[in-house]
Amino acid sequence: MYQTIVFLPLLGAIIAGAIALYGARLRFAGDVAAAGHDHAHAAPHDADHTHDAHDAPQEPAALGSRAAEVITTSFLFIAMVLSWLAFARVGFGHYDERVALFGWIVSGDLKIDWALRIDTLTAVMLVVVTTVSALVHLYSVGYMAEEPYRPRFFSYLSFFTFAMLALVTADNLAQLFFGWEGVGLASYLLIGFWYYKPEANAAAIKAFVVNRIGDFGFALGIFAVFMMTGSIDLDTVFAQAPALTGKTIDFFGWHADALTLICLLLFMGAMGKSAQFLLHTWLPDAMEGPTPVSALIHAATMVTAGVFMVARLSPLFELAPNAAAFVTLVGATTAFFAATVGLVQNDIKRIVAYSTCSQLGYMFVAMGVGAYSVGMFHLFTHAFFKALLFLGSGSVIMAMHHEQDIRKMGGLRAKIPFTYWTMVIGTLALTGFPLTAGYFSKDAIIEAAYSGKNAFAFYAFLMTVAAACLTSFYSWRLIFKTFHGEPHDKEHHEAAHESPPVILIPLGALATGSILAGLPFKEYFAGHHIEEFFRESLKQSGEIVEAMHHVPIVVVWLPTLMMSTGFLIAWHFYIRRPDIPVELARQHDVLYRFLLNKWYFDEIYDVLIVRPLLWLGRLLWKGGDGIVIDGLGPDGVSARVLDVTRNVMRLQTGYLYHYAFAMLIGAALLITWFMFAGGPH
Amino acid sequence: MASWPILSLTTFLPLVGALFILALRGEDETIKRNARWVALWATLVTFAVSLILWWRFDPALPEFQFVEKHAWLGGYGTYHMGVDGISLPFVILTTALMPLCIVASWLTIENRVKEYMVAFLVLETLMVGTFSALDLVLFYLFFEGGLIPMFLIIGVWGGPRRVYASFKFFLYTLLGSVLMLLAIMAMYWQAKTTDITVLLHYSFPRDMQSWLWLAFLASFAVKLPMWPVHTWLPDAHVEAPTAGSVILAAILLKMGGYGFLRFSLPMFPIASHDYAPMMFALSVVAIVYTSLVALVQEDMKKLIAYSSVAHMGFVTMGIFAATTQGVAGGIFQMVSHGIVSGALFLCVGVVYDRMHTREIAAYGGLVNRMPAYAAVFMVFTLANVGLPGTSGFVGEFLTLIGTFKVNAAVATLATIGVILSACYALWLYRKVIFGKLEKPNLAGITDLGYREVAIFVPLLVLTILLGVYPKPVLDISATSVSALIDGYQQAIGAAKSAALVK
Repeated sequence: MYQTIVFLPLLGAIIAGAIALYGARLRFAGDVAAAGHDHAHAAPHDADHTHDAHDAPQEPAALGSRAAEVITTSFLFIAMVLSWLAFARVGFGHYDERVALFGWIVSGDLKIDWALRIDTLTAVMLVVVTTVSALVHLYSVGYMAEEPYRPRFFSYLSFFTFAMLALVTADNLAQLFFGWEGVGLASYLLIGFWYYKPEANAAAIKAFVVNRIGDFGFALGIFAVFMMTGSIDLDTVFAQAPALTGKTIDFFGWHADALTLICLLLFMGAMGKSAQFLLHTWLPDAMEGPTPVSALIHAATMVTAGVFMVARLSPLFELAPNAAAFVTLVGATTAFFAATVGLVQNDIKRIVAYSTCSQLGYMFVAMGVGAYSVGMFHLFTHAFFKALLFLGSGSVIMAMHHEQDIRKMGGLRAKIPFTYWTMVIGTLALTGFPLTAGYFSKDAIIEAAYSGKNAFAFYAFLMTVAAACLTSFYSWRLIFKTFHGEPHDKEHHEAAHESPPVILIPLGALATGSILAGLPFKEYFAGHHIEEFFRESLKQSGEIVEAMHHVPIVVVWLPTLMMSTGFLIAWHFYIRRPDIPVELARQHDVLYRFLLNKWYFDEIYDVLIVRPLLWLGRLLWKGGDGIVIDGLGPDGVSARVLDVTRNVMRLQTGYLYHYAFAMLIGAALLITWFMFAGGPH
Repeated sequence: MASWPILSLTTFLPLVGALFILALRGEDETIKRNARWVALWATLVTFAVSLILWWRFDPALPEFQFVEKHAWLGGYGTYHMGVDGISLPFVILTTALMPLCIVASWLTIENRVKEYMVAFLVLETLMVGTFSALDLVLFYLFFEGGLIPMFLIIGVWGGPRRVYASFKFFLYTLLGSVLMLLAIMAMYWQAKTTDITVLLHYSFPRDMQSWLWLAFLASFAVKLPMWPVHTWLPDAHVEAPTAGSVILAAILLKMGGYGFLRFSLPMFPIASHDYAPMMFALSVVAIVYTSLVALVQEDMKKLIAYSSVAHMGFVTMGIFAATTQGVAGGIFQMVSHGIVSGALFLCVGVVYDRMHTREIAAYGGLVNRMPAYAAVFMVFTLANVGLPGTSGFVGEFLTLIGTFKVNAAVATLATIGVILSACYALWLYRKVIFGKLEKPNLAGITDLGYREVAIFVPLLVLTILLGVYPKPVLDISATSVSALIDGYQQAIGAAKSAALVK
């Protein structure tokens, strides 16, 4: 069953990929020169990059598009059903399993197998990944209907799902890394799906490279684990971990505490993948990809891989309190920072993207204070309402004919009521409205932060509470500016229409999830059944959960209060007095620009890292290789030698003869030598 | 085994093919056609024979297998051949890539086809010979002899600056080979034998090891190439015809790495240990420096050439870490790089054949006309980046994990290369493949033909297969590698206890 869940999407990806390639081959089988000519003049360039896809080349749908859609989508639905069965079997039936596949890398004492590790933590992720993926596949059938290269799209989507499943079922760190980079590849391909858009290409590379920076740390973490334990197999590593306390690693002359260093390095990978503070810059740019991709990869699944990783490695993080404190610090900072940026953005998808970034910060706060199951709870609920918000945004974008700027929207409530109501449900869940899914998980995180013991726990509490208010504000700002008030673009508004059922069904399903994913699961993730539900898959001390249940009543109500405050401010700003925000922005111009430009991170990185590296590359090439090495070496010598040889014989043969001559002399010398020195016999 | 000298057969079959081609007579066109077919069949049969080697090779034995030993040169030399787990992968790599090179040159070489094919076949003999020679003199002849056909290939069928390129190549290698020659003579003087199997167990005095090690380094470092003697490589690649680049990157470079494994590490273990910090430093510089240089290249072949230097940095680092994973990873990285860089040069060849330029800026948006090419290029780009699931990952991962145990700082700095490789490789891909097809002269460009598909399919399969299931290569070399490491550790241990006694 587990093999089917993991490999069915891969099979779908291969089939769809084959269809895509076959169709593409056919397309260019005819009179290539003539066809190529008018193609080159198609697709006039549109500089406005906030538009989703309308400068696409106008081409007929690729051959077999429908077949590719049907195959991949139905495979995903099968995987989804099986995943829910697995969830019940593992989570409630307590059947953990390890499915060995075959050997991978064996060298000396390093033995790595391909194997599927199935426990509750994995089962939760299986459900999240396959459910959202199946719904996104279905949604894409409608959303991408005008797209000519659908087989390729669905192949990428299914490939992503496979890589993500490989990640969550990983039984050792190398396999985790395989899935990790695999989803990175899928993300790269999907962000750059519209390869004719320069921004999409740039965003795709940025995503891959920034993730690679995180993976740099991840890889080093794996190496360090192997050095200290002689294995990278999870069970072996966990068994040996307690013995590592107090040991050190010599790292650039610094005797670092082994466990702290390992956890920090591994967490660096998580920071990249989950777009945490300092390594977050790729996520907003990733919105260049098609909207279903944003929902699946950049909201519900891939970006939560970092959170999953910390949970998976909880036996290590539990032993490294300093590293855990750092996780708290980063998570809390991200939660607040991303929320501030989200306040002023105007691109509907970027607002949701910063929101995702911020919510991931919440999850890391939970991880950092040791409430792993609570973080997983938020991951679980967040998958539903964030995917919903993205897919809802996609529906809005479609209705607005590929317009993504919320300043040009307004008054859409009556035009697309179903989308409106599902988005409202998503927003309620995101902001933590009582009894929605987000209410349970998010409030639990804030309580956990309050109860946490590490150095940054209280900081995290303050940040998450503040961010709760900001979240509520920017979420309602989005709703109000998009759906309420006067339409700002009459033409688009007139033409706006509700999406087809194939899009609305996933919205409805996710909206249901956004409400129901909370209460029924509360006891298992953040209540009294954590131990029997997660068992060995998480190493979580009972203290934190116990402390969470005894926080002051103020702390319990504070998030709800914050949510209401944010809502009221947003309502006042965008419904009652729309002139206030404009005035505020003008009065606090510096702050406004600072936020609008995302704290100037891109610019700072460009100046500090990108340009110096390119400059250094040029210097080393022209200066190092050209002037120093070649100048002193071959060119200098060759200038001398050339003078001599030029007069003697034709050049190109000259060297060869020289060489052959030198070699022959060498061989002759050798043989003479043996003869005189007395041969070997 | 005595009945069939199967190793010699593998080595000299291409030479037989070359003789056949030389004997061809008739119309120009007929000669060309026949030369191509003879060369193809010769390389294919050689490959088939080498597969027998692989099949009959017992990976559990650390000794040399398929050994042949005959007196030679009137008793003053020995013809001694044999392979172990370290050399066999390279033999197979050579024989496997040769037919692809012949096919890749099928139509692109139009002048002096006969001579071209002869040069390639002779080259194959010399390369296989280098990897299977068990006598120093024989090794020297094969090793140095291999450069002559390569010179010809660059010098006769190369690009406009072929004279400069081959001259640079010549200067570097000449220096290296002179020093190696001296070292070989000194070894004979000391040990009274040129038999590699004997020398492997001979312990040279410590001082002498240093000098011999440095002399061999001169030759191998140039060949590999290591920083700072790498500058011949980009020029040679740029000027060489496509198949020449493939052989250069895939096999000739590996002779350097093979040399370290066959000579430096086992014969001069103490010197290897002493000089390891230097090798680490050079490797790390190579990885970071050449990756940065690759970032700013404007010529596709140069970019890939610089990335080759960076990837070879992982090999030297892994080898001199002298751990099982480091050495096994080094071997695997060489095999993988042989496949992947060879394929990348073939990818460049595909567009070069169509547009006659390698300038990155001359391309863009090829995916619009060449979807299959784009897919193929993508896979090899990812393998070059070292994505898990491709062969490129296994080599890098093993060398790094093997080095981290010995020196965490070196492994950390080398891992930076993993970030930089993503930058330059994806940048290249984006510039060439992605974007709109706006350049009018590209509008008529055609996708891969069947011959090209036939070349790429085996390479694609190998790249992915070895990434997911690298066992075949790792298993072949495992026993020999552990024997090598054991011998090395014993020698180091002995030297250390000797130092203590003093």
